[in-house]
Amino acid sequence: MESVLEIQERQKNLSVVPAAVQSSLSNNFVPVSDNHKIVARDINAYFGKVQALRNVSLSIPENSVVAIIGPSGCGKSTFLRSINRMHEIIPGSRITGSLTLDRKDIYQMDAVMVRKRIGMVFQKPNPFPTMSIFDNVAAGLKMNGMRKKARLKEVVEKSLRQAALWDEVKDSLSKSGISLSGGQQQRLCIARTLAVSPEVILMDEPASALDPISTSKIEELIYELKKQYTIVIVTHNMQQAARVSDFTAFFYLGSLIEYDETKTMFTSPRLKRTEDYITGRFG
Amino acid sequence: MEITTKHLTYYRRKATNVIMLSFSFIAAIITIVPLFLVFYYTVKEGATYLNLDFFTKLPTPIGEPGGGMVNAIVGTLILIGIGGGIGIPVGMLSGIYLSEFGKNKFGALVRFLADVMSGIPSIVVGVVAYTLVVLPMKHFSALAGGVALAILMIPTITRTTEEMIKLVPHSYREAGLALGISKWKTSLFIVLKTAWKGIATGILLGLARAAGETAPLLFTALGNRFWSTNIFRPIASLTVFIYEYSKAPFKDWNEQAWTAALVLIMLISVLSLVFKFITRSKY
Repeated sequence: MESVLEIQERQKNLSVVPAAVQSSLSNNFVPVSDNHKIVARDINAYFGKVQALRNVSLSIPENSVVAIIGPSGCGKSTFLRSINRMHEIIPGSRITGSLTLDRKDIYQMDAVMVRKRIGMVFQKPNPFPTMSIFDNVAAGLKMNGMRKKARLKEVVEKSLRQAALWDEVKDSLSKSGISLSGGQQQRLCIARTLAVSPEVILMDEPASALDPISTSKIEELIYELKKQYTIVIVTHNMQQAARVSDFTAFFYLGSLIEYDETKTMFTSPRLKRTEDYITGRFG
Repeated sequence: MEITTKHLTYYRRKATNVIMLSFSFIAAIITIVPLFLVFYYTVKEGATYLNLDFFTKLPTPIGEPGGGMVNAIVGTLILIGIGGGIGIPVGMLSGIYLSEFGKNKFGALVRFLADVMSGIPSIVVGVVAYTLVVLPMKHFSALAGGVALAILMIPTITRTTEEMIKLVPHSYREAGLALGISKWKTSLFIVLKTAWKGIATGILLGLARAAGETAPLLFTALGNRFWSTNIFRPIASLTVFIYEYSKAPFKDWNEQAWTAALVLIMLISVLSLVFKFITRSKY
């Protein structure tokens, strides 16, 4: 295991974006492309009469990390939740536009199938309180009919290893999921999401309820997971967005203001408003 | 000067604290004393006949000493069994309905009626069961008694189930859905499982109340001095025996009524212990 000092050192290196990387000239980034894993076009989302998203179009490339930033109430979470159709479970909610996963319309698929392929990690760690650590990770598979004990064990271990939690809990798998610390609980929730082998993982401020050390563990995890999964992360933490993401989208008042490669966004954003938000002049 | 005022407020706060504490302590004592008295008298008066015979023998004819109430003990169990068999599923399912789909006028009506029903005198419920079951069958029966007890239980179980499900944080439901678990499986295996302990308490309260009812049994299950486990025939119950034996002009019957009361209390305590054991949390 890495020591705290090493982690902090790595963070320092990640968080300081060298000013020299002003590569906007060589930037040929396309914000919406049909070749990407997830493509959203003209998304409008409503809660009753309140419009939460206005004509949002952006696409998410495979095996990349996309950070969504913006002040509270700007529609970040709504956009995230519309990707795995969690928006629609709120009474009175409505959505228009097109969202595709591998060129297939998400809103034509079965919602349960969509959520198996697009997992989600929430802001507050929420392990199932009546289940053990093992059962928490196995829940998704078990409830979809997986009965083979050996296979379940294998998946649980693999998922916990991927979530960098295995070494801490391998001797206490039958203990309650809520007996863990907050940071461990969140990694348990990530393991639980990984166990159903999704292709995309949505993270809604996954580290905002955690201490700095747990936060850096989650960030390292995101860095590792990117090799296999496509990740969309909503965050309030500008440094976090800069550290973990390849692309950053800036939302404001329900609209997508700017979407570009993270290094471009954080060094030479095209719009004044983006720069003001990133540098902390508003929001 | 300042010191004096400080001291005055300090002593006043101290005094208020002591007075309020004594009031609540006295109130607690007042609550407990009748309970202890009931228990004390029942044990004192009922101990005479509390022997093996009471649990193994049938009541003897008038004037003949000895005998027991095995038919009434079994009868009470059968009545609770029928009542619970009808009341628990109906009550729980309507509670689930109210919490999951009850946000409309029909739900409000059901909720209102359940609240009103839990205040209806039990003898009225007896009349309802008499009209519903005894009149069409043209004779008294254990089934009619069970139906009366079920009607008494349903409102308690319905409302506790609804309230307990509502207490389960929304985040667990969302976590289940986001794992690609279908809505009904999430409701049943995650939400209901989390709420189960509280629901079990509601069921226990319903069963205990039903076990202690006399009035609705008088003209439904009627009572029976002989051995019968036929649910389509009149059946004995502890409460009806207590009622009849305590008003009888025979001293040994009066004493046996006390024993029956003691056995009933024991029965409910055992029931509650069994419930506690079944629903004990693993963690």
